[in-house]
Amino acid sequence: MLDARSTIKRRLPLRLILSAGWLGLLTLAAVFAPLIAPKDPLAQDLFLGQLPPFWLQGHEPGYLLGTDSLGRDVLSRILYGSRLALTVALIAGSITCIVGAAMGLLAGFLRGWVDVVISRAIDIWMAFPPVLFSILLIAVLGPGLSSIIIAIVVIDWTRFARVIRAEAMTQGAMDYVASAQIAGRTRLSTMLTEILPNVLPTIVVLLTLEMGISIIVEAILSFVNLSISTDDPTWGGMISEGRTSIHQAWWVLVFPLITLFLTVLSFSQLGEGLKDRFDPVLR
Amino acid sequence: MLFLQSVTLRLCTTFITLFGVALIVFFVIRVVPGNPIAMMLPPGATEADVARLTALYGLDKSIPQQFLIWLSGVMQGDFGNSITTKQPVLQLVLSRLPATLELSVMALCIAIVIGGTMALTGTRLRGSKTEAAIDIGNGMALSVPDFLWGLILILTFGVLMPVFHISGRVTPSLALPFSTNFYLTEAALRLRFDLWLDIAAHMFMPALALAIPLAAIIGQLLKQSLKETMHLDYVTLARTKGYSETHVILHEALPNAILPTLTLVGVQFTFLIGGTVIIERLFSYEGLGNMAIDAVINRDLPLIQGIVILFAVIFTGVNLLVDLTYAALNPRLRHA
Repeated sequence: MLDARSTIKRRLPLRLILSAGWLGLLTLAAVFAPLIAPKDPLAQDLFLGQLPPFWLQGHEPGYLLGTDSLGRDVLSRILYGSRLALTVALIAGSITCIVGAAMGLLAGFLRGWVDVVISRAIDIWMAFPPVLFSILLIAVLGPGLSSIIIAIVVIDWTRFARVIRAEAMTQGAMDYVASAQIAGRTRLSTMLTEILPNVLPTIVVLLTLEMGISIIVEAILSFVNLSISTDDPTWGGMISEGRTSIHQAWWVLVFPLITLFLTVLSFSQLGEGLKDRFDPVLR
Repeated sequence: MLFLQSVTLRLCTTFITLFGVALIVFFVIRVVPGNPIAMMLPPGATEADVARLTALYGLDKSIPQQFLIWLSGVMQGDFGNSITTKQPVLQLVLSRLPATLELSVMALCIAIVIGGTMALTGTRLRGSKTEAAIDIGNGMALSVPDFLWGLILILTFGVLMPVFHISGRVTPSLALPFSTNFYLTEAALRLRFDLWLDIAAHMFMPALALAIPLAAIIGQLLKQSLKETMHLDYVTLARTKGYSETHVILHEALPNAILPTLTLVGVQFTFLIGGTVIIERLFSYEGLGNMAIDAVINRDLPLIQGIVILFAVIFTGVNLLVDLTYAALNPRLRHA
């Protein structure tokens, strides 16, 4: 036991530092994209199509990670693409979190018919294949940033609701909640001042995971050409283009893929790291 | 008696869930902009042509009316006709279902083999560098979804080291003497191992992409349960009897540690099936999910409905099966 505790303590900061570091870097890249991007991400030059990255024969100076089939600079597009990815992660993640956590709290603490309705809804939602559901929603709402955010919220609120409902139920059965009730608190005030603070660590962990998931959803939607307009650089859109030219110009797929991989991994490791931090047994 | 009652209750909620899915998908897709009828007709079509075809597909009636007509059809096994191919939806969907089922089951098998091996190796080599490596590998595999693993596999084994096929279900030039669409199963039953190998080589990459996250979940949970079981008295007793560590893990600890993993695998299997939608697209695999995305792009409303319902039936069916098996196996739940 003592052993396990010390190893986790030792490992914990490293993965938190690495993941937070990468995400911090990415945020800087997103904010300062116009200043640091070497080229215009939309500028096409068919004479400079499919240029390889700088360490390969035939590269052009200034195009560090090469160019895609239309001669657009891969590095600049990745930098600009981080803007959409992080916007989706922050906005869609937070709204999903608020909606889902609220549903879970209501169902788990109020019980009764509220719980019946919300639990039934969760069951129905879980019977939809999520990727198909999101593609369907984008077809209904039309492509665009707000459609992506709406689709993510509509589909993923159950991720929060399921977990928070169970936690709220456990907390609701505890003595301190009963004391609050006896002390004359209303149900709503008990829920917000007693239950919510106790499930907050779980909510934060789920939120970081959801941010990573949101980025993947956006990439998947771009991949099936249903994200935002095709001109704007998105990682998923780049991956989709790269998939078609994979045998001629692998770098068009590889660099956005690595960026996406590291970002999703970082969000998830951040969540796991925070989970260990919050766990009272390990603290 | 109580068991029967809970089964009946469970069946009822399953039907409510399916009805809910049908209702939601029906209304959602009717708000889809883009008129499927206008897309079907050649550019010179008159207003009357459009109206006639709209009536033919029942799209001129109000949405609640359409739903009732559709629902009564479904009750009789009639899911309507696809707008793009004109064939009955049920026939189309069932022709693609075997491809998706074979892919999902193959992925499940791969996940169990990899996850099981990881957990057992990690337990056998507790405290070693190998165990730490397995933990890190599991953590990575768990953090990244099937879509990204699919792309990584395409890059490594399709392009850098082209050993596996990365698109399609079978080499198109091969003649298939099959009477069902369960290609892999039928090739094995007909002892056509040449065909079996070709089909399996096409399926392996998408199946592996689907399997990696599930393998990590299995590996992590089974290893955790094994760890707890290894501290129990009866395991220590077996050890003092002089059995080897490997024997103790496989024959003493594993049978007890495996139950929680089995229930989890049931639930996770539905997530895996949900993942086939994008993975089939990524690998141009001709299954249900790929057909679904095309149906959405072509605004083929009856087909979308049919596919979503079929997925929902599979999901709820798997969950029901898991719950019932668990209830039947566990006497405490049977009487709860």
